[in-house]
Amino acid sequence: MTTSQNHTEADTTVDARGATCPGPLMDLISEIRAVDTGTVIALLSDAEKSPTEVQEWADESGNEVLDIADKGDHYRIHVTKR
Amino acid sequence: MTEHIAIVGGGTGGTVLANTLAEKLDAELAAGEVEITLFNDDEDHVYKPVWLYVAFGQREPADGRRPLREVVDDRVTIRQDYVVDVDYERKKLELVDAIDPAPYDKLVVATGAQLEPERVPGLAEAGHHFYSEEGAQALRDGLLGMDGGHIVLSVVGTPHMCPAAPLEFTFMIDDWLRERGRREAFDITYTYPIMRVHGNEHIAEWADPRLRERDIGIETMFNAEAVDPEAQTITSMEGTELDYDLLVAIPPHTGSDFIESAGLGDGGWVDVDKHTLEAVGFDDVYAIGDAAKTGVPKAGSAAHYQANVVAQRLASELRGQPATAVYGGKTICFIETGMDNATFVEFDYERPPEPSEPTRAMHWSKLAYNESYWLTARGLL
Repeated sequence: MTTSQNHTEADTTVDARGATCPGPLMDLISEIRAVDTGTVIALLSDAEKSPTEVQEWADESGNEVLDIADKGDHYRIHVTKR
Repeated sequence: MTEHIAIVGGGTGGTVLANTLAEKLDAELAAGEVEITLFNDDEDHVYKPVWLYVAFGQREPADGRRPLREVVDDRVTIRQDYVVDVDYERKKLELVDAIDPAPYDKLVVATGAQLEPERVPGLAEAGHHFYSEEGAQALRDGLLGMDGGHIVLSVVGTPHMCPAAPLEFTFMIDDWLRERGRREAFDITYTYPIMRVHGNEHIAEWADPRLRERDIGIETMFNAEAVDPEAQTITSMEGTELDYDLLVAIPPHTGSDFIESAGLGDGGWVDVDKHTLEAVGFDDVYAIGDAAKTGVPKAGSAAHYQANVVAQRLASELRGQPATAVYGGKTICFIETGMDNATFVEFDYERPPEPSEPTRAMHWSKLAYNESYWLTARGLL
């Protein structure tokens, strides 16, 4: 996992900017329910705890965080559904 | 020329807005300069918090329902119909039953949230809930039919109406069974989708030890994937399986189909400026209550405060004045912590909730509020 700029191509994007925790994580989980295994999802979030929460949930659920990029005013987190 | 204000949805937000506007615009209404129309697909106004008490046999379903006409000011026109789409260029609302579309100059969307248990396989068949009149009655019957066993309260969907309600139910069922001397015959498990017992950290920190001291099992990071009604099991995306004898679920929620079809937002939730409550990207359209994506809980009190703000803004706009009222995120919630104790929280965009020590007085305050709700709906309290 990297925490710098990333260049991962996402299959779908969940824009959760503006939502407070745990809204972005719940939006991500909702999207993971809907997509096929192997799909790469980009989660955009400006909630401070999203990187931690998404990583913890991914570890628990068996999904994979590919990278987390700090874009200044928001995070872009790539997750693959496993 | 008459200015048309259209409000879609006759729940707490829409009703408080209609009544507050009627008071504010009394002179304009009398002069025929303004017409306020409230569109609702049900002839009744429903106070949903009553259903939690119906599940415990403490209220009757009729206590949560009154004809909309009785709670809405006579100066407001009520149209029982379903709005399906908006023509933004011509400023007209398309309706299911009416041949002619209805005009609007200012539109407020207050369509609330609806349940979608079918999003999780097996949940609609097996999961009780207290989020509808029928659901609460079925849950009451289910509870009364049990001598013992495992009760699982699973928060399946977020966001959902009244984020405090799952905790309230869990505390209440524990206390209800203790009062009857039956607690030893039951196991209770509470599940939540993220790594703590509530979405709000402050509420989670307050609730977690209280759940544990009552011997209530906790399963966090539990996102229900499927329910097997025959085997009586619920499994999570994270690989946990729970057996149950009675499953009480907070079903997935979605906003109104109308919001999707009108292009106002994804998932039935309207993107709004969280301070002005104006729909992002649309002129003369506001959204309030559960339908609006503000980041505050889907709670009646938030809808109430938002309705007051929009009423002030609309009145200012109609009078050619700058609209200055803004919503600061104010929300208040009573939280039942048993059958005769409750706490209270008040918070906004800047200040987090700080639950106080539960008291019997706060419980009675909640019951008193439930009784006086009808004054709130009429804009009197």
